[in-house]
Amino acid sequence: MKLDPKKKIDFNYILSDLHKYKANKRGWVWREKPESIKYGEHTYYDHSIPLKKSIPLPAAKYFDNIDPQPKPVITTEIASGRFEDDIRRMRMAAWHGADHIMVIRTTGQSHIDGLIEGTPEGIGGVPITRKQVRATRKALDLIEEEVGRPINFHSYVSGVAGPEIAVMYAEEGIAGAHQDPQYNVLYRNINMYRSFVDAAEAKKIMADANIFQIDGAHNANATAKKAWNVRPELMVQHAINSLYSVKVGMKPQNIGLSTVPPTAAPAPKLWYDLPYAVALRDLFSDFKFRAQQNTRYVESDTDEATITHVIDTLISALTTADIQSTITPDEGRNVPWHINNIRAVDGTKQVFNSLDGIKKLVKLDMDGPLGKMVRELKERAVLFLEEIIEVGGYFEAVSKGYFVDSGYYPERKGDGIIREKDGGVAANTIVERKPDYFAPVCSHFGNNNIPSKYKKPCDAIDGCTLCKPEKIQFIDELDPEDNVNKRIEFYLKDEEEGIIRPEAEWHGDGIVTVEMVIPTFTEAAEVAALEFAKKMNLENPQIIHKRVLHPAEATAFLVKGKLNSYIKLSDIKIIEKEEHLSDYEIENFVKKHDLKVVGATVGEDEHSVGMQEILDIKHGGIEKWGFKCYYLGTSVPVEKLVDAAIEVGACTILASTIITHGDVHKINMRKLDAICREKGIRNKIILIAGGTQVTDQIAKENGMDAGFGRGTHGIDVADFIVKKLKGLK
Amino acid sequence: MKSGLERKDDFEKRREKIKNLSDEELKKRFWELTEKIVEPLVKLAKNHTSPSIERSVLLRMGFNSIEAKAIVDEIVKKDLLGHGAGNIVLKVAEKEKINYLEAGKKIIEGYPIENLNYIN
Repeated sequence: MKLDPKKKIDFNYILSDLHKYKANKRGWVWREKPESIKYGEHTYYDHSIPLKKSIPLPAAKYFDNIDPQPKPVITTEIASGRFEDDIRRMRMAAWHGADHIMVIRTTGQSHIDGLIEGTPEGIGGVPITRKQVRATRKALDLIEEEVGRPINFHSYVSGVAGPEIAVMYAEEGIAGAHQDPQYNVLYRNINMYRSFVDAAEAKKIMADANIFQIDGAHNANATAKKAWNVRPELMVQHAINSLYSVKVGMKPQNIGLSTVPPTAAPAPKLWYDLPYAVALRDLFSDFKFRAQQNTRYVESDTDEATITHVIDTLISALTTADIQSTITPDEGRNVPWHINNIRAVDGTKQVFNSLDGIKKLVKLDMDGPLGKMVRELKERAVLFLEEIIEVGGYFEAVSKGYFVDSGYYPERKGDGIIREKDGGVAANTIVERKPDYFAPVCSHFGNNNIPSKYKKPCDAIDGCTLCKPEKIQFIDELDPEDNVNKRIEFYLKDEEEGIIRPEAEWHGDGIVTVEMVIPTFTEAAEVAALEFAKKMNLENPQIIHKRVLHPAEATAFLVKGKLNSYIKLSDIKIIEKEEHLSDYEIENFVKKHDLKVVGATVGEDEHSVGMQEILDIKHGGIEKWGFKCYYLGTSVPVEKLVDAAIEVGACTILASTIITHGDVHKINMRKLDAICREKGIRNKIILIAGGTQVTDQIAKENGMDAGFGRGTHGIDVADFIVKKLKGLK
Repeated sequence: MKSGLERKDDFEKRREKIKNLSDEELKKRFWELTEKIVEPLVKLAKNHTSPSIERSVLLRMGFNSIEAKAIVDEIVKKDLLGHGAGNIVLKVAEKEKINYLEAGKKIIEGYPIENLNYIN
């Protein structure tokens, strides 16, 4: 099975025979990193090899359609609650350059003591189950083949079922996962002893399966009242998880620090974020960096969010990022929509393309204030570690509220998160291993009394699932109603009947947005905006963003609503695009016959831009192929245009007509045709009309050989003239 | 909510003992201190287990998640988790001379695992 770029992904195939499916690969994959690489005529120093299939940035058309792929792995986070819709978005993101797909778990999964099975719908994420993981991996196996680059599939090993989830991930080909017991303790209120004991087992399983680990320290940024003040603590949290992981058996190169620049404008961002980024990379030189864009300040303004993310990515480029995580600019207002995953991935690619080789051009000045700030941050972190030891260790420090305090350590505000040692979810559930403790499986951490007759622990059971995957049991669905097969009926029916509906997040959700500026005081404008949306037949309209242009003059709104309507694909008429002659063929013909054209805006009409676009070489006009162009200007009488054509021996007259009042454009076309007939040149000259309201049909009905409307380029006209003269038209 | 300690920024005073360290020495100190914090955590993990760890062992033995949960719940109820869930499953299999996956099902049905021989 191979994906066809012209066809949507086939869910019947994805969901069939899942009990037999084995992922193509296991473990994490980095992008290829050549010293330098050429894309078109440009040399890049911080870029990787091209994709087989991709969608380049819009401006690529001016640069031979290159789509340079940056060196860092690029992450997109996708989880709308329905994994079947997410799979389509993963394909879109892969085409734009994402190769790390992070799936957010449904609310509350971290407190579920065990694995979830089947494919129930989630809230703010998807329930991570074996079936969901396997189906998604199966789709990603096809998608990575389509784009020509491995895709790392990622989710979370946190909560009270960490070791079980880690086993399932190892079995199902998950390549990356969040694992940090401190996250459980601080933000999920899971008992601290249980969290650390479970974490060791989970990390051992991940280490052996070559699953890349990302920690959870960055959450302090999102939680502390002043995110920039927790910078010393963040280094402490990173250190505890990183070294704990190494001690359990993880290789440093498989450990990623999840780090976020902590501030945003209007703060003077670089003064906080740059020294922190440098200090962190100095202290953790053996580890990898997963640079995340800031989510803390993202509200409803997607432009503001995007600009923050651009500067975050600049900091990555100035320091290092092995993985660059992208954040959708709409995260602050809704579960992200398709378009915003793509915006974030494209935006990040654009920044990395632009900043290629920045470290060859610009050096950080460590002798100035930057060096001093870096040193101070490190010292504050060292002092933090000293005090943890002084008070009796990690658990003691957490129970005294040392973490996520908003003071700039050693300053303390007393507002840190306090957790009781014997409190939290799953308290008092760990037990000491007895002298005869035995676990007959691989990737097990800690004391294990393996009978001496066995070489490895799973010899006792003739192989564990990690050695013999055929032993894995697959559970399909447990809930006959809440599952993918039920949800997907609507999608499959639409597909079968060829029905399309607009969507933002899920198939056929009907969500559309409308942007409008309402010219009155803000409070009234808000009500009016919603009323206008109702007049547009939008159900349940909501304002998702507002920007006051002036308190009395106007306010701009972005309104979303549901458009309860559909279109049948069979009713859509697609006008086939003309296949153009090659540049070489046109140029040769024009030169050989010394072709000349005259052009003007006819009648009482002062518009000149359109005609210049068609003629002028600077704008890709027909001069480019060697046509000699005689431009007579605006408001030119039709008679004068014909006389000029005769005088220079033009093969073609181009008449631009923008004004259509009283059908004056049609009158002028007929007049042009009539005069050429009177003068006896009609069969020797091509007459072309152009203008925003002109169509080929209108032009032909009014005596022209062709008409060109909005969106016409020089090539369309040049191609037509040559084909007509060659008798091809 | 209980409130933690409040303290003014006394960085200048506290840094006295580390201010003369070179950057390399400071980095070394950072990791030595972290090691001191992490060591007891690793020790704790080495000689403890949990219901999730034991369920993960059973998964690796080829039980499904529903079976793994039921088996571990039984073992926890009888306060035998410290011997290892996989270990107990194998003991039952050996004693009854049955396949270990069958033994797991017997435990779910209430097999008297408390009567097996253990080293405490």
